[in-house]
Amino acid sequence: MNLTLKIWRQKSPDDKGGMVTYPMKDVESHMSFLEMLDVLNNDLITKGEEPVAFDHDCREGICGTCSMVINGRPHGPDSAITTCQLHMRKFNDGDTIHIEPFRAKSFPVLKDLTVDRGAFERIMQAGGFISVNTSGNTIDANTIPIRKDHADMAFDAATCIGCGACVAACKNSSAMLFVSAKVSQLALLPQGHTERTERVLKMVHQMDAEGFGTCSNTGACAAECPKEISLDNIARLNREYLRASFVSGE
Amino acid sequence: MSNLFKIFNSSTGQKVIMALTGLFLCVFLVVHLMGNLQLFKHDDGFAFNHYSQFMTGNPLIKIVSYITYFAILYHAFKGLIMTMNNRKARPVKYQVDGGWANSHWTSRNMGILGTVLLVFIVIHMIDFWYEFKFGNLPTKKYIQYDIGGELKNMEFSGEKFQARVKASLGQINDFTTLEYKDLYKEVYATFDKWWYVLLYTISMFAVAFHLWHGFKSAFQSLGISHPAWNKTIKLVGYGFAVIVPLGFALIPLIIFFS
Ligand code: SF4
Ligand code: FES
Repeated sequence: MNLTLKIWRQKSPDDKGGMVTYPMKDVESHMSFLEMLDVLNNDLITKGEEPVAFDHDCREGICGTCSMVINGRPHGPDSAITTCQLHMRKFNDGDTIHIEPFRAKSFPVLKDLTVDRGAFERIMQAGGFISVNTSGNTIDANTIPIRKDHADMAFDAATCIGCGACVAACKNSSAMLFVSAKVSQLALLPQGHTERTERVLKMVHQMDAEGFGTCSNTGACAAECPKEISLDNIARLNREYLRASFVSGE
Repeated sequence: MSNLFKIFNSSTGQKVIMALTGLFLCVFLVVHLMGNLQLFKHDDGFAFNHYSQFMTGNPLIKIVSYITYFAILYHAFKGLIMTMNNRKARPVKYQVDGGWANSHWTSRNMGILGTVLLVFIVIHMIDFWYEFKFGNLPTKKYIQYDIGGELKNMEFSGEKFQARVKASLGQINDFTTLEYKDLYKEVYATFDKWWYVLLYTISMFAVAFHLWHGFKSAFQSLGISHPAWNKTIKLVGYGFAVIVPLGFALIPLIIFFS
């Protein structure tokens, strides 16, 4: 199939950037979206032009790096997949495809389609962990009884790959789905219970400090999330936060 | 204290207050609608004027009304500030907007719908609330009489009144006269203007769309979410969003067309 690509090109964080049009000929329908971009980049390199910078790593939907917004939707038109899992058969001959970076003040563009998602790391550093003694006395996790439904919910939340599509999809660039998945995953398990009060306060306050917007409960995040993280987690985060605000000793 | 301030100023804390004020205003809407329905009683406007007087006179109601003013102002202005800050969280916009594919448009336009409502509330307050409190509305006298043990009200003048007096001579046990500001007449006069009825109806659409998302959203912001409840909350919210604004809108429409 023949396509017209309109891709955001930006040389550096300070560059203004703009959309550049690239005609693509003979794209195979069974290519993945990233393979299609590889082909484009090969052509660009052959012509002596700068290839399009985009993030990618595992190419099997588990690392969460392949961030881009395709025709207005993070990870493209299909649901519950990452860009690397998107196939060209989802498009038709003659289509024009707009490819933009994830847009948020907290995710500054580094180059072309790559953005800096360090804000997520800093939120995790603020509280997205459990403090365990690793001196050799670690208790085997399987010896602690856990309610089955809690284990399931925690597991579902833990499937979040930190891709940032929730932020990219949200009209407010809110990181609530990501933060709520991490808070839920830890709050639901006995190991995470001890630090739950401080954790939720610190993570939410770090999220705010990073400049993400507030949650309007539009549900766009959950609809675009490649791991189908549920809005129930956001409700749980709200509960955890409210609870923490009453019991915190800070 | 500073901790509490930090908590209620955080993204999550602000949403909690938005939800609480929003739900409080939902209760207010129901009470307001109940009051408006008094317009249809065939008692020369006694029930409605009595209700209007009651709403401004009673000290307890006064406290509630101050809470209502606060809730409206907080909800409106905090909402606007949050909407503007949220816009700033994405300085460079997308060239293609995919919002239609992942969310309901009411949820993406709460700020705009809210602004329409704020403008409406201001006009509405100038026309009725200000007029009632500070304007010089003519008053109307009512006679409240006890006939056969039943209390009845009617306007204390006019042909209907005279006929009634003649017919009930000897049957009335006791009577008092009451005087109220005649907001009833003012409302009927206002709802006779086509442009006002149109504005009112459009505004009620905005209320409906705002509530369509807002009702269930408030519960989510408060963390009230459970698989066993979510469906009910959603359905009650949708029902509320349709029935309450419809009730409000029908009043001027019925008055205008009858
Ligand atoms: S919640 Fe979903 S969209 Fe957001 S970072 Fe996690 S996996 Fe990605
Ligand atoms: S490249 Fe790892 S999820 Fe797409």
